[in-house]
Amino acid sequence: MKIIKIKNIAELNAYKEKAKNKFAVKENGGMKIIVGMATCGIAAGAAPVLEILNEEIKSKKLENVSVAQAGCIGLCQYEPIVEVFESGKEKITYVKIDAKKAKEIVNSHIIGGRIVSNYTIGEAIKNL
Amino acid sequence: MIRYHILICGGTKCENSDCKGVISALEDSIKHNGLENEIKLVETGCHGLCLSDPNSIIGSLGTVIVVYPDAVTYAKVAPGDIKEIVEEHFINNRPVKRLVYDEAINGENLFSLNETPFYKNQSRIALKSCGIIDPENIDEYIANDGYQALAKVLTEMEPGEVIKTIKDSGLRGRGGAGFLTGRKWEFAADQVSDKKYVCCNADEGDPGAFMDRSVLEGDPHSVVEAMAIAGYAIGADEGYIYIRAEYPIAVNRLEIAIKQAKELGLLGNDILGTGFNFDLNIRLGAGAFVCGEETALLTSLEGNRGEPRPRPPYPAIKGLFGQPTVLNNVETYANITQIILNGAEWFASMGTEKSKGTKVFALGGKITNTGLVEIPMGTTLRKVVEEIGGGVPNNKKFKAAQTGGPSGGCIPASLIDTPIDYENLSAVGSMMGSGGLIIMDEDTCMVDIARYFLDFTVDESCGKCVPCRIGTKRIYELLKKITSGLGEMEDLDKLEILCNHVQTASLCQLGQSAPNPILSTLKYFREEYIAHVKDKRCVAGICKNLLKYIILAEKCKGCTACIQVCPTGAITGEIRKAHIIDQEKCIKCGACEQKCRFAAIIRR
Repeated sequence: MKIIKIKNIAELNAYKEKAKNKFAVKENGGMKIIVGMATCGIAAGAAPVLEILNEEIKSKKLENVSVAQAGCIGLCQYEPIVEVFESGKEKITYVKIDAKKAKEIVNSHIIGGRIVSNYTIGEAIKNL
Repeated sequence: MIRYHILICGGTKCENSDCKGVISALEDSIKHNGLENEIKLVETGCHGLCLSDPNSIIGSLGTVIVVYPDAVTYAKVAPGDIKEIVEEHFINNRPVKRLVYDEAINGENLFSLNETPFYKNQSRIALKSCGIIDPENIDEYIANDGYQALAKVLTEMEPGEVIKTIKDSGLRGRGGAGFLTGRKWEFAADQVSDKKYVCCNADEGDPGAFMDRSVLEGDPHSVVEAMAIAGYAIGADEGYIYIRAEYPIAVNRLEIAIKQAKELGLLGNDILGTGFNFDLNIRLGAGAFVCGEETALLTSLEGNRGEPRPRPPYPAIKGLFGQPTVLNNVETYANITQIILNGAEWFASMGTEKSKGTKVFALGGKITNTGLVEIPMGTTLRKVVEEIGGGVPNNKKFKAAQTGGPSGGCIPASLIDTPIDYENLSAVGSMMGSGGLIIMDEDTCMVDIARYFLDFTVDESCGKCVPCRIGTKRIYELLKKITSGLGEMEDLDKLEILCNHVQTASLCQLGQSAPNPILSTLKYFREEYIAHVKDKRCVAGICKNLLKYIILAEKCKGCTACIQVCPTGAITGEIRKAHIIDQEKCIKCGACEQKCRFAAIIRR
């Protein structure tokens, strides 16, 4: 969004509404992917995952899918963590993701609608 | 020709009343589109998918319909969805992706972190947006109610009301000491001065603690906004964030946050047209633990060597550059906007009588789930260890939990039902501290842990006062003596006396709290100290001088694997005959124990 000074509450609220629309997960199959990019995530290799996700989404022209970084998601030993949000659905948490797995998630889950269950948190807990 | 068979649950026991509505909507729509000859509706018994059990992991799947021949399964179908399914799937042959149920989401599998015991038992206030929003994008913060709390105080509340709200909420300093935040603000507000400061302590130095780093990396604007609110409340127009240089990502994201807030006019002059001015600066600390102590931090901020000074005067009266100053910890600030937006009562409804709200802990050590957790005050240690933490791994026994880092103490397994809040932790001889929570199992030597923390405080003592500078060093030497197997029983008494002196005579909290790790372990694990002194034994098998590596002749197969890895040639023996370790040559590196496939080598 263009940078203009927010001069009063009305302008702040208008700005908020605009921002809300910008960040909302789009309906009808829209998705939002976030990558945990705090120190812990980056140390575990989250940066190349974020990069590959951005590239894939761009090259496959998935226009209603967005990719963003976030802070610490909280579960250190499962970093890098990638979460997929879809409107009206519970988010899906993928753990210990690398660039190759990230590509698979894009192809299977983001494009095909099939969760890659092997990489999810549930599977990781089972294999503890 | 029938193209699709639709199976829908017509089970009478089913409590999903929507099913009937879905069936009639389907019938109507099929008729409406003239598909009666192409689509056959089959009422079946329960698919076993509509988990209406309230205890199930994923909750109800609602009405489920299955479309053959491809067995496309739709879950949570409402009558309103039928038109789309009929038109898109049955006519245009495109399954409605948004309703498709993946085998993924069935009860045995869970795919969302939110459904795990790790997450479900948490309540997130300070970490509300951490890990959810993009910390480098102010727009996303604003989209999630960002800067609404600042707008509210600037336009609807008098500074006194802001302070009253924070006081009524019962919020206490999350940096360790637990002083009432509202009171602190009130003291500073009551001072008459043309210059006041708001400062943030982001000099997180406890080994193993990373709560503040995570907040700053995940949601920096929440701290920026809260500091502006504090500025308004006490009448300050300038703030400083004192952060360790070892946190480059947090520093970078804070810089971005401050820059973005300034660009939008949410920091700077005449914020939101209210005439309120507030500006923020960042100062980097060089990593001295003592600078986490408030007077030392302010001294360092002023450009001097980071050393504490006596209190009073407290910073609220005479702080940075001699001016009234509010200094709060990162996590304390991270609670402020939520309290303003949701009210003091909301916050005070969580927690215990004297400790309100939640506390963030960095959970680590011998625990299955290591990570960042935010729990309501009063949650028992048992719940944190067993449910959120997922227990101690490798079937080991939980021995103790260490809270508060080098200033805190160890809580033994016998007190695992202690509710975690300021009062209870002090009562058992530990402290809340900033929030490090290290879990220890039976393989942890408590004497060695005490020695480790003292090693840390000896290094970090600033040297200004004698009790801390020399006292901690002498304590360390005694602990070193005991772990080396040279301890005498009178050393334990000496330790206790020395600890009491350091505790009472040190200038600042660094020295005053340094003996906590020893005093608490002496209290709860005295027999372990005695074993080190009298029996020259370390039960956990950690203190090298007190343990021997021994080969069990009956288990040894004589494979020579240990002989090959021993760096000092201490192991001898012929093939297929039991080997022997020469204790004179053994340096107790443990390489043989790791190599042995028959568990024939033990520590004793």
